[in-house]
Amino acid sequence: MNRSFAESTARERLHDLLDAGSFEEILGPGARVVSPHLALLGVPSAFDDGVVVGRATLGGQPVLVAAQEGAFMGGGVGEVHGAKLVGLFQRALVEKPAAVLVLAESGGVRLHEANAGLIAVSEVMRALLDVRAQGIAVVMLIGGENGCFGGMGLIARCADVVVMSDIGRLSMSGPEVIESSHGVEEFDARDRALVWRTTGGKHRYLMGDCDVLVDDDVAAFRSAAIAALPGAHALSLESLEREHALLGARIADFGHCRDSADIWQAMGVHQPMAVAELDAQGVRDLQNDCAKELA
Amino acid sequence: MTDPTSMESLHFAFDGLHPRAQFVPILVGVVGSGNLEVLLEPLAGSGRCEIDIRTSARGFGAIWEAVARDFHSRHRLAGVAISINDMGATPAVVSLRLDQAAASLPATQACPTGAQP
Repeated sequence: MNRSFAESTARERLHDLLDAGSFEEILGPGARVVSPHLALLGVPSAFDDGVVVGRATLGGQPVLVAAQEGAFMGGGVGEVHGAKLVGLFQRALVEKPAAVLVLAESGGVRLHEANAGLIAVSEVMRALLDVRAQGIAVVMLIGGENGCFGGMGLIARCADVVVMSDIGRLSMSGPEVIESSHGVEEFDARDRALVWRTTGGKHRYLMGDCDVLVDDDVAAFRSAAIAALPGAHALSLESLEREHALLGARIADFGHCRDSADIWQAMGVHQPMAVAELDAQGVRDLQNDCAKELA
Repeated sequence: MTDPTSMESLHFAFDGLHPRAQFVPILVGVVGSGNLEVLLEPLAGSGRCEIDIRTSARGFGAIWEAVARDFHSRHRLAGVAISINDMGATPAVVSLRLDQAAASLPATQACPTGAQP
């Protein structure tokens, strides 16, 4: 099978990612749990508020799963959208699935819903961490054309395992936000090559922010998700301190770099500008080579 | 309509010919720019096809009616409720989405008289 993850809708992704016929939707479109805010602003609602949640099996194991629809309001997290994610994580505490999967595609908070969206993002983070504290793995799958930004980027980095394609992007502030707040000299949001080598899956993988890099293929995401099911990491003070030490070392090692390509060079990549041409396997090999060289 | 920000709601109902077996709700399409979602649900005990539309593009009621009539003349669904959330889709896209939704329905119930109109 070879189906582009980026070009699929949220529902198509679920259909191809999960075990055939196993998905059972919770609060499906027929329930009409829609945004209470959008209609007041003259903006059309979606019957699922842009996120599909439910239970299924993956490789025969029970999972709870959510998929954000990037084409609806850029996957923005509104009040209902966020509440569906929170409810899914809370359900995991009761059902104890093998993992909770999130097919994340979102620009972050849905600005139409402002504070309700901001609160929703923080509630999702709390619910996610409650699930991790029970030893249940939380797995993020990022490969949609809208990327994973803002509050959703923060949520993604709370997970045990992050799987990305090279098309997928992960960051806090999106390119346009950086450009409008710091100027085009700081970051040119129209420079697609710059945007992807700063926020794209390859860079996130080389930096260790993403654990698994796959090609843009739903079947590749499925294999990676199955492999990630036993991926729960202990959530402890020690693990947080290790993470902080890692981030501190990153600033010390690469804080002077002006571009991702400079970072890759400093990591031991001999031809940093050639990274853009590599497929996922090529980048995985590259990372192995760098690790060997450093060892 | 006094509120310039409000969306337009439209409703059309037709007498259908082809009743459908019970089915789980079907959703096709996405509420994205120039696109729409179409939700089909069973309308128990009714020989009608009802279409509810919420659209951000106001003032196109006559065109919506023409598209709905054209769809109904081709499928003549009975016992089906169609709900649409639209974000400015063109008539051709609306027709294609409606056809996609109709194609996802289970087969027509056997006609009691055995005759297919």
